[in-house]
Amino acid sequence: MKAPRKQAPRDQAETAQAAPARVSRGRTVRTVGGLSVRVDVRAFTVVVLLLVAALTAGVVLIGTGDFPISAGDVVRTLLGNGDAGQEFIVNELRLPRVLVGLLVGASLGLGGALFQAISRNPLGSPDVLGLGQGSTAGALVMIVLFSGTARQVTVGALIGGLVTGLAIYLLAWKRGVHGYRLVLVGIGVSAIVTAVNGYLITKADLVDATRAVVWMTGSLNGRDWEQVWPLLGLCAVLVPLVLGNARALRMLEMGDDVAYALGVRVERTRLLLLVAAVLLTASATAAAGPVGFVALTAPQLARRLTCSPGPNLVPAMCMGATLLVVADWASQRVFGADQLPVGVVTGILGGVYLLWLLVTERKAGRI
Amino acid sequence: MNPDAHARTDADTDGETRTTRTTRTGPNHRRSTVSRLSAEDVTLAYDQRVIAERLSVEIPDNSFTVIVGPNACGKSTLLRALSRMLKPRQGRVLLDGQAIQSMPARKVARTLGLLPQSSIAPDGITVGDLVGRGRYPHQGLLRQWSTDDERIVRESMTATGVAELADRYVDELSGGQRQRVWIAMALAQQTPLLLLDEPTTFLDIQHQIDVLDLCAELHEEQGRTLVAVLHDLNHAARYATHLIALREGAVIAEGAPADIVTAELVEEVFGLRCQVIDDPETGTPLVVPAARKARTAAVKSVGVPSVGVGKG
Repeated sequence: MKAPRKQAPRDQAETAQAAPARVSRGRTVRTVGGLSVRVDVRAFTVVVLLLVAALTAGVVLIGTGDFPISAGDVVRTLLGNGDAGQEFIVNELRLPRVLVGLLVGASLGLGGALFQAISRNPLGSPDVLGLGQGSTAGALVMIVLFSGTARQVTVGALIGGLVTGLAIYLLAWKRGVHGYRLVLVGIGVSAIVTAVNGYLITKADLVDATRAVVWMTGSLNGRDWEQVWPLLGLCAVLVPLVLGNARALRMLEMGDDVAYALGVRVERTRLLLLVAAVLLTASATAAAGPVGFVALTAPQLARRLTCSPGPNLVPAMCMGATLLVVADWASQRVFGADQLPVGVVTGILGGVYLLWLLVTERKAGRI
Repeated sequence: MNPDAHARTDADTDGETRTTRTTRTGPNHRRSTVSRLSAEDVTLAYDQRVIAERLSVEIPDNSFTVIVGPNACGKSTLLRALSRMLKPRQGRVLLDGQAIQSMPARKVARTLGLLPQSSIAPDGITVGDLVGRGRYPHQGLLRQWSTDDERIVRESMTATGVAELADRYVDELSGGQRQRVWIAMALAQQTPLLLLDEPTTFLDIQHQIDVLDLCAELHEEQGRTLVAVLHDLNHAARYATHLIALREGAVIAEGAPADIVTAELVEEVFGLRCQVIDDPETGTPLVVPAARKARTAAVKSVGVPSVGVGKG
């Protein structure tokens, strides 16, 4: 897939004028001690703008509902200066929901970017590979067979996602996991698990079936602090771990042989990142249900904004968070509070995007 | 290694090791300290498919070594083993006297570079960025782009003639230009040893010569040790300073092309009847296959030597 080319040459023309001998994009910050950090200015700007957008949408979302609160009041309350009534609504009811949305979106965006980079294929994202279906199977087993509590359903979904990720890895393993094999095995696993899910729903009684279908669409309704803390803890561990390996992942983009030649421990790096991606996706799904297509679209949209090669992990993460919160706001705003689960909106957006992706790939002669 | 031994090995470099004709004399410890890269008694296999058994090869320092042989003789497999991408089932590959598999990946990557056959240029990457990625083994989380990196990347692009393409996208380039960019990336890695797996495949004749000229320049002017797998025997004979002829996973002959390339050797290795004449341009051996009628007559009486199974 080609990144849009129109803006990038202009950027480079500008930098070329400033320093004619510049060999690569980005600014470098160097210290006297010999340390140097390279910053891609455009990617950095995109990240900042996405963060601003995500936080703004978060504030607006907190203010939205049966009891509307103005943005100013929301900010004042968040800073601890609101009145008691608003404080309860903001801090106890709506803030955790928005935080779950941000964390789930960020996890899905990062997990999707990792999967797509490892499989070297935009279709190699968790939605297509069947991780969401795996989590669903775990949740359905809890709902239908055990009539489990909400917490049990969450645990079931987590286990379902992890088991599916492990199964895909083992089935796709043959002297290392390779792109197309991972995608094809994932599609196969996804089909099988979808069939199992269909069977479980037909076995369920009406109440359980309704509960199952709501869960399967993916929703942020009724999420509270109990979902925030585990997700936040997991992200606090996994995000630094993943970003620490981002440079090796960038080398992996050029093929296993090149990465080996450059001194990347290919199989170890890939396994580590794949485990991180499965954990991020499975826990996000356990918290909010299989919110469709965020993992597929966020990395690609981020790439198109940054116009930069490479896994674009941080932009994808911010894009995922923004997408999910904006989609949640849209579903509440357009269809009324709690009427429409966020998964429906992301599904529609993602479906349109997937079609567009297939059409452009077809035009480029790649499929 | 004590200083005396070091002096001795230096003195020996020009004398004995250069004239090594065969490696089937068993492990020779003194020699293996002379040559920086060698394979000792390696058995190479993919899963159950054995490609080569008990193969020993030494890469003379400062040589432009070319490995030739028919398809599926194990030349690329040998190169993969030398670059530690394939772990030998038995035996070991030595780099500077250490087993290459036990060395830290990053340390190997600072000593030995590889231009593989399959490489993927990420979408939307510029030439300068791709070449810059060759600096990876020299960088760290807080040492991402030093002034040295910048200088070496620029030098590598100049050496390969792609400096003026620095801002162009790699996927807009021609096949020959792209190969030069990948070579520039391998150069930016700044390794004294550079392995190239069929660097001329899929290029037209002009670009093939272009790439080989570039390799010869790197060898002569920068003093790097080059090891390449080539399909074209005449190219190999013209550019190599040291030739290794493989058949069915065994070394049939090795040495300077002028010493070893004969009609008998070509027939033994490739099963092809031919004449070997002097290249009118360079005086190196030039292989001219026998005319079809003469060859088919020979096949009826002698039969074609069988070609081993496995990946070439």
